[in-house]
Order: sequence, then C-alpha cells, then structure tokens
Amino acid sequence: MNKRWLELSVGLMMVAGVAALVALALQVSGGNMSRNAQSYAISALFENAAGLGPKAKVTMAGVTVGEVVSVAIDPNALMAVVNMEIYGQVDYLSIDSSASILTAGLLGEKYVGLTVGAEEEVLVDGDVIEDTQSALVLEELIGQFLLNFGDN
Amino acid sequence: MINLIADLGSGLLGKLVRIGQALLMLLQATIVRPKASSFSRLIQQLYVVGVQSLIIILVSALFIGMVLGLQGYTLLAAYGTEQAVGQMVALTLVRELSPVVAALLFAGRAGSALTAEIGLMKATEQLASLEMFGVDPLHRIVAPRFWAGIISLPLLVAIFSLVGIYGGHLVAVDWLGVYSGSYWGNMQQAVDFNGDVLNGMVKALVFAFLISWTAVYQGYTCVPTSQGISAATTRTVVYSSLAILGFDFILTALMFGGTV
Repeated sequence: MNKRWLELSVGLMMVAGVAALVALALQVSGGNMSRNAQSYAISALFENAAGLGPKAKVTMAGVTVGEVVSVAIDPNALMAVVNMEIYGQVDYLSIDSSASILTAGLLGEKYVGLTVGAEEEVLVDGDVIEDTQSALVLEELIGQFLLNFGDN
Repeated sequence: MINLIADLGSGLLGKLVRIGQALLMLLQATIVRPKASSFSRLIQQLYVVGVQSLIIILVSALFIGMVLGLQGYTLLAAYGTEQAVGQMVALTLVRELSPVVAALLFAGRAGSALTAEIGLMKATEQLASLEMFGVDPLHRIVAPRFWAGIISLPLLVAIFSLVGIYGGHLVAVDWLGVYSGSYWGNMQQAVDFNGDVLNGMVKALVFAFLISWTAVYQGYTCVPTSQGISAATTRTVVYSSLAILGFDFILTALMFGGTV
C-alpha cells in the first residue's frame, strides 16, 4: 500500500464527512442557498397566509410555476406579504393576475394558485399582486357555521 | 438458595471488575502525550477503520434511503400527504437510523477486525515482544485503533444520513413524482440542525466510543488461542450491538423524550 495514497484517501474521507455535515446543515435543516438564476420575484398581499411557508408551491392551472421564498408581515398594510420566485420561462402573467392560497387535499400542504387576468401588460420582477384570496382557516369556518346554525 | 444468591453476587462483582479493568486499560492507553510518530499510526488506522468501511456504509445508506422513500410514499399517499415523505425520510435517518445502522455495520465491519487483529498479535506474542523492547503496546497498538474508531464513525454517520436522504429523493421525487420543492421544503421546515442533526452526531460519538472500547478491550484480553480469538470477536459484535441498541433508547429518551 502506497503511503501517499493512504494519506490521500483518509484526507478525502475526512473532507467528505465534514462536507456531508455541512450539507446536512444547509440542504436538510435550513437555508437552502441554491437559487434559480433564471427566475424573477413577485409578491402578493394576503389578509391571512396561515399555513403557508417557504418552499411552498406556486401553481397556475395546477402546474407548478414557482415557489414561495418567504412569508412576512407588512407593517404598513398589516397584511401578510408572500414573496415568490416565478420561473423565468413563465413570463405571461398579466398585471391583473390574482393569487389565492389553496390546500392540497383536506390535510395537505398549502400552496399559492395564480389565475391570469385579461391585461396585455405582464408582471415583472418586484411587482405586487393585490387581488388575493386568503387562506381558508377551518376553525373560523366551523365557528361561522355554528353561529349561523345557532341563529336558526 | 444462599449459594444461588452468592453466585449472583460474585457474577455481578466479576462483571464490575471487568468493566473497571477495561476503563483502566482505556485510560492508560489514551491519557498520554502524543508523539509525532503516533500521528502516522493514527492515519494508518483511520484508513483501515474508516476508509475501508465507506463502501458498506454508502451502499446500505443508499438502499435504506430508497426503501424509506418507497415505504413512506406508499403509506402517506393513502392520506394524500405524500409531500411529507421528505420530512419522514430525513427525520428517521438523522435521528435514528443513521447512527444506529451505521454503528451496527461499523461494529461488524471494523470492530470485529480490530478485535481479531489485536487478538492475533497477542496469540503470536507480538504484544509481549513489544513490551520486551520497552514499548507499551497500549500506546502503540490500542490507542491509535481506539481513536480511529472515535473519529471515523461520526464522519461515516454524516455521510450515511446525506446519502440516505438522496436515496429517498431518488425514489420519491425522481421515480414516484413527488414535487422536489415539497420534498426539500417540508424537510427543511421539520429538521432542526441542533435538535436533530447534532443530536444524531452525539449518538454517533457515543456509539463510536462503545464499539471502539469493546473491540480493543476484547482483543487485548482475549484468550490467546484460535478459539479464544474467535470467541472474543463474537463477543465484540454481540456486546457492542447490544450496547448500541440499549444506549440508543436511553439517548433517544433523553434527547427527544420530552418533546413531541
């Protein structure tokens, strides 16, 4: 056994182990740094963005066209700002597009559904969608139903 | 009746004496100022213990990840929540399967080899001749093997987790069509670096200590005959496997018992 090769392979194993730990830190447990360079960013203001988180799908007609980057609160409007990355090839979302927060199945994850409007002009990097429909909060619905039920 | 209780007591005392001996041996071997030459012996052992275990670790990790992806998908698809498969695969691997399976494989692959090697050195009186030269076999033979085990296993466990998660990705995303963003996104929301990844590494470190300690002690104290070496090798695998599973329960109860 060549001593040089032996030392090299041990060094490589060390590097691989540490690299695996770093990958676990970045890719598996948090900040995924990779970003699609071709995509552009838009955001939408929602009354309620319950259940929506980073990496959630953004779809149009049921097809994934992007993903949610972050969800924050807008201190002026006091509404939830959902920042999204839309794939570069999807460059035909008109400026009067609307966004709604939908649920995949009864227990499934939340995602954003976009519906394209009629305008010729399209959304570009940094635009904000204002025509939105909030997340469905099951508890509120049930509460409302019970209230109506009680009135009758 | 009295004899029975006395036998039980003497058996227990004998076990305690052996644990004490093993601890003393370990302290003697490891508490010493390292020399420049001990570093190259450590590299040599890291190659034997770590690098040569890589293949079995990589292959088992890939297959375990793939099986988890497949089983998780089948189970979760029944409830329409197959997007959660990434989180299931990652948490299962990082918290439990990677440390335990990698440690069990490591005990079989590296621990048994360590015991057999040291045992054969003892049987062929290499250890005795080292002592005649005035070289302490504990420092020269036992210490580098022990440290190599301690260093290798946590690295192998990190590699195991990552390869397993990509194995799950291969099945769930590439073959069964789960959306890749959901796979990673749900995983990233669910997995906590300190709570899950680092606790898994702590487990790996504890298991590495148990395996290396058992292996070098069994080799060093084996009966220097062919049956003796064979029995010591078997004991290494059996004792370290049982210790891994037992300590895994204790560590899991301490780390994750209060939460959820």
